[in-house]
Amino acid sequence: MLDKVPPSGIRKFFDLIASMDDVISLGVGEPDFATPWHITETAIRSLEQGLTMYTSNCGMLELRQEVAGHLKATYGVEYDPETEVLITNGVSEGVDLAMRAVIDPGDEILIPDPSYVAYPACVLFAGGQPVWVPTSCDSEFRLRPEDVGVRITERTKGLLMGYPSNPTGAVMELSDLAKIADVAERHDLVVISDEIYSLMVYGTEPNCFASLPGMRDRTIVLGGFSKAYAMTGWRIGYAAGDSRFIGAMTKIHQYTALCAPIMGQVAALEALRAGAEEAGKMLEEYDRRRRVVIKGFNEIGLNCFEPRGAFYAFPSIVSTGLTSEQFAERLLLEEKVAVVPGTAFGPSGEGHVRVCYATSISNIEEALKRITLFVKRCRSKKRARD
Amino acid sequence: MKQVFEILEKDSRTTPEEIATMTGIPVAEVEDIINKAERERAIVKYKTILDWRKLGEAEVLALIEVRIQPQMDVGFDALAERVYRFPQVRSAYLVSGGYDLALVVQGKTMHDVADFVAEKLAPLQGVQGTVTHFLLKRYKEDGEILVSGEEDKRLPITM
Ligand SMILES: Cc1ncc(COP(=O)(O)O)c(C=O)c1O
Repeated sequence: MLDKVPPSGIRKFFDLIASMDDVISLGVGEPDFATPWHITETAIRSLEQGLTMYTSNCGMLELRQEVAGHLKATYGVEYDPETEVLITNGVSEGVDLAMRAVIDPGDEILIPDPSYVAYPACVLFAGGQPVWVPTSCDSEFRLRPEDVGVRITERTKGLLMGYPSNPTGAVMELSDLAKIADVAERHDLVVISDEIYSLMVYGTEPNCFASLPGMRDRTIVLGGFSKAYAMTGWRIGYAAGDSRFIGAMTKIHQYTALCAPIMGQVAALEALRAGAEEAGKMLEEYDRRRRVVIKGFNEIGLNCFEPRGAFYAFPSIVSTGLTSEQFAERLLLEEKVAVVPGTAFGPSGEGHVRVCYATSISNIEEALKRITLFVKRCRSKKRARD
Repeated sequence: MKQVFEILEKDSRTTPEEIATMTGIPVAEVEDIINKAERERAIVKYKTILDWRKLGEAEVLALIEVRIQPQMDVGFDALAERVYRFPQVRSAYLVSGGYDLALVVQGKTMHDVADFVAEKLAPLQGVQGTVTHFLLKRYKEDGEILVSGEEDKRLPITM
């Protein structure tokens, strides 16, 4: 089964970059900000006080209560912090636990294509079969209910999706989600909704799949701290859902992870209690960069729909005549700008590259200049060939 | 509108066109906002934070606490003006607490600064005492961290 999971598609780029200097990377999937200082400071204090032990398997009760409070206040969904919330080692562990808890051998799990790389891998590790549901730039990479519907078989167990999306930056509005909810209801699907970027939306409101009528009890919500609070290294996430899911996930988690790190949990608690202001400032800064990136790519003629979430844009590179992989590799070698080929995230990523704008405006502007030169060269070569 | 100023505060070279892109506000409106703020001196000045030492120029800075006697009618302001008019004084603040004026004074050498204090500042009528603190190292100024260690520590590519 391990053989079915290909090595990560970016290893090659990683090694290349390591051998070069002066690379501008638009290929980083994490915030460029350090964790807000009040959060770090709270964790330092807790270490000084000797909080260096295990916590309860499910995580500190205070943190679970705060998570439940956050979900209720933001989306109106209620969870019992005692039995319906689990603190995990990042959303990464949450995805793995959810798959192991939900999948019986041979079960099929639907996944929007392209998606975060861990989704199909975790389905395979859990003995399931990932089934891609293509999305495309015509529908701004939203998941369409008809595309889900036609891929349902008697083996389909559930749908694993993440919006706002890594790699596309696409968001699903509540009205889009409602149509997916109908399909889930009709075919009795479990929905695993990775909402790690849920607070990072621009010009629209955060939403939660479990808040849709009838969805709470068939949904596992995965939430995190890595992105919105710039806390990737702290390794904290959470899962919320009906106790039959959370109970099963907790059982696996207690034997394989025991608990999430206490210093991370203390920091996450501070983030939920007092992190909104700093998170808001970071979001404003991302929004400015987002606008610069979209305008920049569209001016270069690499069409880019307006991504309204996370910190990614997913421009089309078809007009250069290159594949995603060729584009990324040659851009890196010739102009020292790193982007990730769309195909690293699934076959429907072909023709696109993922651009992360979690970097300074001056880096973005310099990268756009270099990409302009590169694309001009590609086009004149293409014309010569045609 | 606040966004326009926040962007300029971070980088005063950002052009109105760039600000328009970043905020979605039309260029003409951005220009109006900036012009109005310049006229009202809400935007006081555009300046550059330099590390003169890297440019090979010696520079000595001192924080100076000054206790002064307030005067009838004009309070602290008249004497403060006598002090802040000196070109050596880079910043001047009236403060609460154990002293009255907090100054940042600049000179080429420590002697320059010492001479300024001894010959210009201390003898002024109404100045009751001064305490001079020479700056040894600049860690952070106007929100910018100046010491190294601020480079990007992330892995160059992550999913
Ligand atoms: C969609 C998505 N889910 C989960 C993760 C992993 O997050 P965590 O740091 O919480 O494990 C990432 C990180 O890139 C992500 O983009």
